[in-house]
Amino acid sequence: MEPFQDIKSRLIPFDMTNVDTDQIIPKQFLKLIQKTGYGGFLFYDWRFDRAGNPKKDFVLNEPKYRQRQVLLTRDNFGCGSSREHAVWALYDYGIRVVIASSFADIFYNNCFKKGLLPIHLSQDEIDYLFDSEKNDDAVVDISLANQTISISEKIIDFDIDLTRKKILLEGIDEIGYTLSFSDQILNYEKAFKVADYNKFLVRD
Amino acid sequence: MQKTLFDKIWDSHLIKDTGQNENADYPSGPSLIYIDRHLIHEVTSPQAFASLKQSGRKVRRPNLTIATTDHNVSTESRSLPIVDEVSKTQLETLSRNCKEFGITIYDIASPDQGIVHVIGPELGFTLPGTTIVCGDSHTSTHGAFGALAFGIGTSEVEHVLATQCLWMYKPKSFLINIEGNLRKRHAITSKDIILNIIRKIGTDGGNGMVMEYRGVAISGLSMEQRMTICNMSIEGGARAGLIAPDETTFNYLRGRRYAPTDSELDRLIEFWKSNLKSDENVKFDRVETINVDELAPQISWGTNPSMVVDITDSVPSPEQFAKSDENKRKLAIRALEYMDLEPGTPMTDVRVDRVFIGSCTNSRLEDLMEASLVIKGRKVSTNVRAMVVPGSQKVKLQAEEIGLDQTFKDAGFEWRESGCSMCLGMNPDILLPRERCASTSNRNFEGRQGSGGRTHLVSPIMAAACAIEGHFVDVRDWF
Repeated sequence: MEPFQDIKSRLIPFDMTNVDTDQIIPKQFLKLIQKTGYGGFLFYDWRFDRAGNPKKDFVLNEPKYRQRQVLLTRDNFGCGSSREHAVWALYDYGIRVVIASSFADIFYNNCFKKGLLPIHLSQDEIDYLFDSEKNDDAVVDISLANQTISISEKIIDFDIDLTRKKILLEGIDEIGYTLSFSDQILNYEKAFKVADYNKFLVRD
Repeated sequence: MQKTLFDKIWDSHLIKDTGQNENADYPSGPSLIYIDRHLIHEVTSPQAFASLKQSGRKVRRPNLTIATTDHNVSTESRSLPIVDEVSKTQLETLSRNCKEFGITIYDIASPDQGIVHVIGPELGFTLPGTTIVCGDSHTSTHGAFGALAFGIGTSEVEHVLATQCLWMYKPKSFLINIEGNLRKRHAITSKDIILNIIRKIGTDGGNGMVMEYRGVAISGLSMEQRMTICNMSIEGGARAGLIAPDETTFNYLRGRRYAPTDSELDRLIEFWKSNLKSDENVKFDRVETINVDELAPQISWGTNPSMVVDITDSVPSPEQFAKSDENKRKLAIRALEYMDLEPGTPMTDVRVDRVFIGSCTNSRLEDLMEASLVIKGRKVSTNVRAMVVPGSQKVKLQAEEIGLDQTFKDAGFEWRESGCSMCLGMNPDILLPRERCASTSNRNFEGRQGSGGRTHLVSPIMAAACAIEGHFVDVRDWF
């Protein structure tokens, strides 16, 4: 995984609640066997009409939003299916940060496997950012190390678990890290007689 | 210290506790949890295996993982060749990966093939007190057995294959008390209970939590009905749902392939009985109570599973939501437009084009038996195309043994092979744009069953009655 770099970008205002992963990447694009190549299918049914032409009224199709890296949205972003393809599609498209008032659990968790930063802010802060985009098309500076979003002279702090922060900043290979606990895993397996698994798990 | 059922399963699977309590190695952060059972399928596993191979890693415990093909398999005759080349590649990739890494697979040629959350319990792979994961959000289904079961992304599928563990932040606990009971109420099912719960708590009500369902109404339910409830926990935002195991659970396990046998099972049952329940005075982070005595059949009208009304209600007006939440009002306007519904229209006036009975929510034998109750001697409306997709080959066979296939076919339903089918339309079973469907599945998101398709979530018996009438009906009137 690529380490997370600080971001300087304008915002993509995605003013919706409960955006589900079926919208982020519709099922017809889940048949690939690679992790890349999903950007073109991001929000496919919202972005394109049935003939495959871009829909004019969809926010991502407005030219000024095309190169932006920060998606601003509202409650419960990423609900529904566990498909990590949703994260891959956002990342592949060029999004590096999603700011929302809340996230669905599985989506939030999946973000950290690819290097996408999900930032959780209060309703008021989200409203402020939507206003800043609308009125000034403000630029945001996002520093993960400092846990700050700087925008038009204002600084908004955000929370993130320290372990997750470290994983993003260093682009850590989680499996490699877990394998360093192999002895503990083996001890656990012995204690609970996992070798009997073909029949059942015994937990005395 | 008083513990919830969830706490007990969590604690017994902790390899490294790095958070949540003062004695932890770090004040916050994830814990390393052992995973007992892993289910995989063709859609969310190929990248996990590819990455595993790339880094030269092995599968730590190949026998703790089983695989099946369900998401994109055709539900037409199994003797036909697979037409879709991309699906075919995905299916072949899973077979190849399983062979290479020594994982048991129940592929489309197998008599045990089926939806991953149907075959897990069916094979006795799903056991009380275990941790179970799968790259699919409806893994919550297995919580019906008192197992901690939740969906994961592909990177975590790879992580479990390589380490048999996962890093997890401990979720909070949410108790849902279900009072009243469903006796003598044929038309009300566990699907109505869970839709009613999601209607009350919203699609994010359970975010960051594990839901435990409890109460007289739950004790009276069969395992299959309990699975329907736990299955849709994720639609209320909770990654996992739990029901403490009891005699119903233990009886279900007897004689299943991966379940312990005779004396071993008896010994385990004693252990489960005393250990797998929440302590009496334990405090949950959140508690909600619903009463099902007066529960009417539930039906979704919008584009998420919390947009639900009673069958006796009318299509709601967005203005109803204006006071509580402007975002909800906007969402309702958008949903009504997508669903092409007029506020004030009685739900029973809404006509449908398609009926789908299937999915990991409602495709088990009891679901099919229930649906068949209202179709005997009747015919599917001429304007409706209706299909039944059994959850597994075994369900299909059992249903055929008692003549259900004939009952459905005589009424004009299509009787298909097992798979996820039109729940998510990754195979050719999809809605056409603007088609309206009464569906026993779990998600009514825009385009879920096909681009532009309109989904109404209902129970199997409601879906069957709807197929007959060509519009939604209050199925209670039929008894």
